[in-house]
Amino acid sequence: MMKFERYEWVAITIMISLFIFVGFIQGWSVSLVILNMCIISAIMTMGVNISWGYAGVINFGVMGFLAMGGLAAVLVSYPPIAESWQAGGRGLGISFALLFVLVIAVMYINKTVIQKRNRYILNSLIIFFGILIIRHFYLNATHNIEDVNPAIAGFLGGLGLPIIFSWIVGGLFAAGVAFVIGKVALGLRSDYLAIVTLGISEIVVSVLKHEEWLSRGVKNVIGLKRPVPYEIDLQNADWFINLVTYLNSSKLNNIIDVSDRQQVLNNLIIDSSGIFVKLSYAILFLIVMLIIFYFANKAQLSPWGRMMRAIRDNETAANAMGKDVVKQHLIIFVIGAAIVGVAGAMLVTLDGLFTPSGYRPLRFTFIIWIMVIVGGSGNNLGAIFGGFVIWFSWIEAAPLTTFIINQLTIGLEPTNALKLHLLDSVPYFRYLFMGLILLLILRYRPKGIIPEKVRHS
Amino acid sequence: MIDFLNSIIVLLNFIIIPGISYGSQLALGALGVTFVYAILRFANFAHGEIMSFGAMITILFTWFFQSQNIGLGILPTALLALPIGIIATIILCIIFDKFVFQYYRYQKSVPVVLAMVSIGVMFVINAIIRIIIGTETIKFSDGQKFIMKAKQFKVMTGLNEGLALKSSQVITILITILLLAFTFWFLQKTKTGKSMRAFSDNEDLALLSGINPDRVVFTTWIIVGVLACVAGTLYGLDKSYKPIIYLNLVLPIFASAIVGGIGSPFGAVVGGYVIAFSEIMVTYAYKKFFVYLLPSSIEPTGLVQLLSTDYKFAVSFSILVIVLLIRPSGIFKGRVL
Repeated sequence: MMKFERYEWVAITIMISLFIFVGFIQGWSVSLVILNMCIISAIMTMGVNISWGYAGVINFGVMGFLAMGGLAAVLVSYPPIAESWQAGGRGLGISFALLFVLVIAVMYINKTVIQKRNRYILNSLIIFFGILIIRHFYLNATHNIEDVNPAIAGFLGGLGLPIIFSWIVGGLFAAGVAFVIGKVALGLRSDYLAIVTLGISEIVVSVLKHEEWLSRGVKNVIGLKRPVPYEIDLQNADWFINLVTYLNSSKLNNIIDVSDRQQVLNNLIIDSSGIFVKLSYAILFLIVMLIIFYFANKAQLSPWGRMMRAIRDNETAANAMGKDVVKQHLIIFVIGAAIVGVAGAMLVTLDGLFTPSGYRPLRFTFIIWIMVIVGGSGNNLGAIFGGFVIWFSWIEAAPLTTFIINQLTIGLEPTNALKLHLLDSVPYFRYLFMGLILLLILRYRPKGIIPEKVRHS
Repeated sequence: MIDFLNSIIVLLNFIIIPGISYGSQLALGALGVTFVYAILRFANFAHGEIMSFGAMITILFTWFFQSQNIGLGILPTALLALPIGIIATIILCIIFDKFVFQYYRYQKSVPVVLAMVSIGVMFVINAIIRIIIGTETIKFSDGQKFIMKAKQFKVMTGLNEGLALKSSQVITILITILLLAFTFWFLQKTKTGKSMRAFSDNEDLALLSGINPDRVVFTTWIIVGVLACVAGTLYGLDKSYKPIIYLNLVLPIFASAIVGGIGSPFGAVVGGYVIAFSEIMVTYAYKKFFVYLLPSSIEPTGLVQLLSTDYKFAVSFSILVIVLLIRPSGIFKGRVL
C-alpha cells in the first residue's frame, strides 16, 4: 500500500481546507460546485499525466477526447427517437455498410496489387467513386433525419440507458479515437505530435459541431437525465424533510411561532436540496477519482510502470533491451485518452447538457496542461493537486481581481474611466494568472509542486 | 468562348484572389514560426497572440490618427500606424525573450519545455490583449474599400460574371511580396543573415567561428516581430480584427510551416499558399463554374462541393496529417534557413 510523505499530507490538507474556507465565506453551494469541477479536472489531469508523466508521450488532444466522452453521455442516456430512425436509419446503415466494403476493398488492393503505380491509381479511383456513391446515400439520410422535428429533435437520439453507463462508454469512445490517432501520429517528434494531436482534436470537435444527425451539433442537447435525485423530488420527499428537521432541530426549536418555524424550515429544505444534489455528485465523482487514482498508482509501481519510465528516460536503451517502444507508446496514449474520455462524460453528466461549440482549446487543452505541469508530472497525487489548485484559482481569480483592483484604485472616483475599464475586464485577468503561474512554476520548480518520487530498488 | 471566360472569372473571383491573399497572410505567419523554430529550436505556440498584439497596437494608433484627422486618403490609415505596431511588437518579443525564453536557452532545455513556456507566454499576451481591447470584433479598415467593384468589371468587359478586387487584398499581396523579397535578400546577402543561416545549420560550428548567439537571437526576434505584426494586421484588415481568431489561426500557420518543411523559409511560404488554396478549393461550391463550362444537358444539379464550409479548418489539419505520413520532413526538406 502506498504511503504519503509529510509534504503530501500538507498538500491534501491545503486542498480540503480551501473548500472549507470557501464554504464559510461564499457558502457551501459555491464550494461544492467548485469541488465537483475540481474532481473532474483532477481526473482529466490524471489522464494526461499517465501518458506524459509515465511515458513522455505528449497529448494535446484533450479537448477532442473530452468531446468524445460528452458524445457518449448523449448517445447512452438520451431516449431514442423512433421517427428519426425511420426517416434515415436505413440510409445511414447502407452508407456505413458501403464504407466498410470500401475499406475492405482498399485493404484487398493493397495486399494483392504489387506494382506501386497501379496500386495508387486503383486505390484513388476506387476511393473517389466509392465516396461519391456513399455521399449520395449519406446526405439523403442525414437530411431526412435533420428534418424530423428540428426544433426539439433532428437527430438520432441515444439508447435511453442510465447516464452513469456513459462514463465507461465515454472512455471506450475516447480510446477508440486515440487508437486511430496513435496509429497515425505516434512516432513523430514530440513537438510535431503536440501540433498534430491539437489539430486532430479540432477535427473531432468540428465533426461533432456539424454532424447534426449524430450530436445535434450547435443546436446542443439539453435535459440529459441525472444519476442523482432532482431538487424538486427531494423537497417533496418525507425522509428528506425529516432529515433536514432532525439536522437543524436545535435551531428550529428556538423559534416559537409555528408559521415562522415552517417558513424557516421551507427555506432550509430548498437550500439543503441543492446542497444534497451537489454532494451526491461529489461523492460519485470522488469514488471514480479514487478508483482511477488507486489503479494509476498500482500501475506506476508495477513492472509495467517501471518499463514505461525506462522508455521515457531512454528510448534507445529500452528498445535495445527488447521493449516494443511503439506498441507501449500506443498503449499508454490510449489509456490516458480513455481516462480523459471518462472525465468528459462526467462533465456532461454534471452539466446535464452537451454543447459542442463550448469545446475550446484554451479552456479544455491548455488549462489541463497547466494543471499537469503545476501539479507535478509523473506523480498522481501531484496531478490531482494540480487539478484542484488550478481550477480553484481559475474560479476564484475573478473575485480576487475585483478585490485587488478596488484596493489599487481606491483613490480614484467610482466613475473614473480607467477604473471602470479595469473592472469590466476582470474576467480576463484569470488568463494572466494562469500564464504567470505556469511561467513561474516552469522557472522555479520545473518538476511541479509535488514532484515525481525517484525510486531506487 | 464567352462561357469559358466567365468560368475563368468565377475561379479568379472566388478562389484565386482570396486564396492568394489568405495564403500571403498564412505565409507571413508561417515564416515567423519557422524563424523561431530554426534559430531558437522550439514550436512557438504564442505566435498567434504576438500577431494579435501587433494588430491591436496598430488599431489603437489607427484610432488615434483617425481622431486627429490624419489619414492616407484612399489608403487605409492602418498603414500609417503599422510601423508603430511593428516597433511595439518587436519590443514585446524582446522583453519576453529577455525575461522568459533566455533562461531556458542558457539551460539548454529540451524543445518540449520551451513549447510549454511559449504556452505560458501565450496566456499572458492573450490576457494583456483582452484587458486592453476586450473581445469585440473590430473593423478598422478605412479609405477606399474596392479597387474594382464587380459591377464596374461587368460594364467594362461585358461579361456576365463580375470580378471584385478589394484594396485590402491588393495591399496584402504587395506588402507580402516586398517583405518576402526583403527577408530572402537579408538571409542570402547580408552578413547577419548569413550568420543566422550558419547558426540554424549547426549551432556549435557557428559558435566556434565567432558568431555571437545573442546577436543572432536578437535579430531573429526583430524579424519575427516584423513578420508577426504585419501578418496580424493584414489579416485583421482583410477579415476584421477579433482577438479570439488568432488562437485558431495558430493551427493553420503551424500546418503551413510543417507542410512546407519546418525550418525552411521558402517551404513556409509555399506551405502557406498550399494550405490556403486547399482550404478554399475543397470547400468551394463549383456549381457556377461547371454551369458555364459544360453543355446544359449534363449540368450538375447539386452544389458540386467536396466538403461543406464548416470543415474549413479541418482541411488544413488533414493535409498536415497526410504530409506528415507520406513525407515527414515536409515538401522542402527543412531544418536549415
